[in-house]
Order: sequence, then C-alpha cells, then structure tokens
Amino acid sequence: MRVATVAALVGACIVLAGCANRDAPSPAAGPTSTAPSTSTSASTPDARRSGYDFMTPELRAMQDDDGANPALLWVRDGEAAWNRPAGASGASCSRCHGEASTSMRGVAAQYPAFDAVTGRPLDLGARINACRERHQGEPAFARESDALLALEAWVAFQSRGLPIAPPADPRLEAWRARGERLYRTRMGQLDFACAQCHDAHAGQRLGGSTIPQAHPTGYPIYRLEWQGVGSLERRLRGCLSGVRAEPFAPGSEDMVALELYLAQRAAGMRVETPAVRP
Amino acid sequence: MARALITMPATAKRGDVIEIRTLIAHPMETGYRRGDDGHVLPRNLIRRFACRYDNEIVFSADLYPAVAANPLIVFSTRATVTGALTFTWEGDNGFAQTETALLTVT
Amino acid sequence: MSASASRRPLREAPMRIARRSVLAAGTLCLLSVRPSRADAPPELEAAIRAFAEGKPVQSGRVTLEVAPLVENGNAVPIAVAVQSPMSDGDHVRQIAVYNEKNPQRDVVVFNLGPRAGRARVATRIRLATSQRLVALARLSDGSVWQHSVDVIVTLAACVES
Repeated sequence: MRVATVAALVGACIVLAGCANRDAPSPAAGPTSTAPSTSTSASTPDARRSGYDFMTPELRAMQDDDGANPALLWVRDGEAAWNRPAGASGASCSRCHGEASTSMRGVAAQYPAFDAVTGRPLDLGARINACRERHQGEPAFARESDALLALEAWVAFQSRGLPIAPPADPRLEAWRARGERLYRTRMGQLDFACAQCHDAHAGQRLGGSTIPQAHPTGYPIYRLEWQGVGSLERRLRGCLSGVRAEPFAPGSEDMVALELYLAQRAAGMRVETPAVRP
Repeated sequence: MARALITMPATAKRGDVIEIRTLIAHPMETGYRRGDDGHVLPRNLIRRFACRYDNEIVFSADLYPAVAANPLIVFSTRATVTGALTFTWEGDNGFAQTETALLTVT
Repeated sequence: MSASASRRPLREAPMRIARRSVLAAGTLCLLSVRPSRADAPPELEAAIRAFAEGKPVQSGRVTLEVAPLVENGNAVPIAVAVQSPMSDGDHVRQIAVYNEKNPQRDVVVFNLGPRAGRARVATRIRLATSQRLVALARLSDGSVWQHSVDVIVTLAACVES
C-alpha cells in the first residue's frame, strides 16, 4: 500500500487519540466461529475469523444472549409475518413452506442463489420479495424496510450455527469472478480496494476500530451504529461511502456479485444470524 | 404495537429470586439529533417502565434520552405466588404497551 | 518558619517572576492536570447532590459494571449491583445513573424494594463521548452510596454517510 494513501485515509477519517491499547485478538482468545478448515492442506489452520472475534466481551455477550440481543425483536416480527396470511390469495409463507424451522433450515446459508426466472443471482431479500410478487400476489417490500428485514432475519435465523454453503452452481461462476474483481478493484476518492483493508490489514487498527476480515457471517445484523437491523447490502454501501466511492445501487448486479464472492470467501464459516456488530 | 420480548423462567420455587430480561422495539429518539435536512428530530422516548406482580409494583424505571434504542431492562424479583407478571411501558406520543407472562410458583 | 531559614536573605529573582512565564505555567497546569476523583464537574456534582437530598454521598457498596473501553457509544451495556440483604428492614430503594458529558446528566433511575430480591439491574445506554459515569444507590435507611467509572468511547474510523 502506498504511504501517501495511508496518510490520506488517516487524515480523512476521524481519529480519537488516547484510546487504550487493545491487542487484536489472537486466534486462541475467546470463542471463535470458524468452521472446520476448508484449505486443501490438512496442516494449514483456518486463519479466518468472524467479526465476532474482533468484538469486546460485552458485545459478544449481547449477541449470545437471546434475551438481550435486540435483533431478536426483528426475528420475532419475522416469525409473525411468516404465519400471517397475505395478499388476495390469503397465502402466508407457512402455507407453502410449512414450519420455517424445517423448510428453511440451511437455506439462507446458501444465498445469494441463482434465480432462473430473472436469469441472475438474488440475495435473500430479493428472493423473499420475488415470492411475495409471484406467489402471494403482493407488492415487494422496500429494500431495508423493517418488514423485509424481519423476514430475512427469521429465515436466516433458521441457518444459525450451520456453515455458510455457497451452492456449487456453474451459473454462479461468472458472477463470483465479477465479485472478486470488484473486491480487488481500487475505488473512490480514497482509492482503496476491499482487499487492501480486509485481507492485507485485517486485525490492525484504523482510528479507534480494529479492521475485521469482512466475512458476512451474521446478516441481517443489529449494528450499534445504525441502532437497528440492516442487511449486508446496507453495510457494503456504508463501506463504499467510507472510501468515498459511489455505492452500488440496492439490488444491483455489482452488489449481488460482491455478496456472492464474500459468501464464497466465507464458505464453511458458521452462520451467526442475528449478529450484533459495533 | 411494538415487538416486546420477555425472558424469564416459567417456574420457580417460592422465595427464589428470578432474573427478568425485557426488550422492546423503540427508537428512543433523543430530541438532540438532527436529520439530513438540518432540523432536529423530535424527541420520542419511552419514559417509564413498570412490573406489577401479586398486586404490587415490584420494580419500575424512569428512562431518559441516554437509554439506548430498543431498550433492554434487566431486573430481579422474588417468586411469591403463581400468577401473571404485567409489564408496562409508557412514553411520548401516547406510547403505551402492556405484556404479561405467567410465573408458576411451587 | 525555622530560625535558620528566616536568617537567609531572600533572593531578588524568585520575587520577580516574569508575568508571561507565570501565565504560560498557569495555562499548562490547566491543560495537564486532570480533575481529581473528588471533583466532579459542577453539573454532574449538582445532579448527584440533588439525588442525595442532603445526605452525604459515600463511596462503596455499589458497583457500576461497564467496559472501560467502548467501541460504539450508541449502546453501551451497563449493570449496577448493590450489596444489600434486600430484606424488609434493609434494602435498596433506588438506583440512579448519571453521566458527565452527554447533552443531559440523567440516564436512568430504577425503583426497587424488598420484593426485588437482589439489587442488580442492567440496561444499555448512550455515551456521546469519553466521560465519567456515576451510579448512586439510596438505601432504605436513607443513606446514599456511589461508584464512578471513567469510560473511553472510541469513534469509528470511517463515518458512514
């Protein structure tokens, strides 16, 4: 990384001097959420760490306690919506899909997934909206609306504890490659690629925060910064704003391509939905 | 009606002290923040929380803007008789919500 | 003053300290000396005194549990525990939390009583910046106890638009 770019980033971001020295977590510190190693060499340990491992013990406790994790409010809303009749057909999600704990188990862990009707991948929110339009005769929920996030949270909650499992679907190959290209492309006024912070400098400090590895292990998340629940797409738009780049449009091809690459990069890591993040 | 979650044991022995976790969806808008247009976002807070059990308020709280959004309140009460615990939240703009949970005391 | 010291002639120089260096030294003192634990800023002090209703505020019996370093000030977990038998004759009546640098001092006031069983409460609060937090407890005998903690709040490096 060029020194001048580092200086520009430090200058452009808000830095609070005098924060205490907190060591980046060592792999041995505290519980980790990584799944068994997916590397081909049996002797190479999996160095991937969820954002959970970069949080303070207090925030980890907030995530782990279903009685205290605010995202559970959205999960319960989603459960209610799952069972509620909708549209002219009066069809609830449960009428076709039955109990979510059975039919949706492991499903969110495979998203984004290819949709034959539109001929492109869809993330979970877009998939739920497609169901609403095609099978319930209802208009799509607005992206990032509480109604959509609640259903996403409820469905993804059924994958909690399961490994992220991107489908081995050849139709997704070109999209994943596009996502990886985006991940490695310098963008914005700060001229940063995702890889520069999240691969090369993960675990190091940027201002008052530790740079996470950027694995989407717990979406939708309750983000303290938002004081509410949001999707991976919202988080990525925040990252793009952060490097002063034009954020990819919601539901856009670039957005889902990047999400596909991130899911592949996190393959095997455990789903934590609904996660809490600072 | 805002979503609320109560986490507490369903049963307890008489005299046991049980811990109760309550969560409710609410923005707790402080009245100090400005929106993108520069205007102050109006204050919208839950002001008071109370737990009634066995004909008595056994716990209550007065909340101020410094309480975080989607407020969590954790407290304890002694199990006395089998009955409903009633939880009430009241606040600005006529916000009023009640939840109940049954405690079986053996 | 000892006899030997009074006999020593005073030097001229110490009496004529340049005004500029006094001002500089004074300013430096203002910036570098942090307020001692006993001196809370005036507004916080006033809030504590108002809660105490004339009773002396003693340190002890109360524990304010909060992380000394906080990643995001929007939702900071805190707990307050008070040593008390929580009997009819000896219990905690109120627990209050005040802050130093938010737009207003009040945070939350909990009302307990003997039926609480245990004097321990928890919630999540907002901290606008690094500052002192104070937890106060009023017991059934009217005594008031406190515990204060200095919390550092770090800011996110890249601010979301």
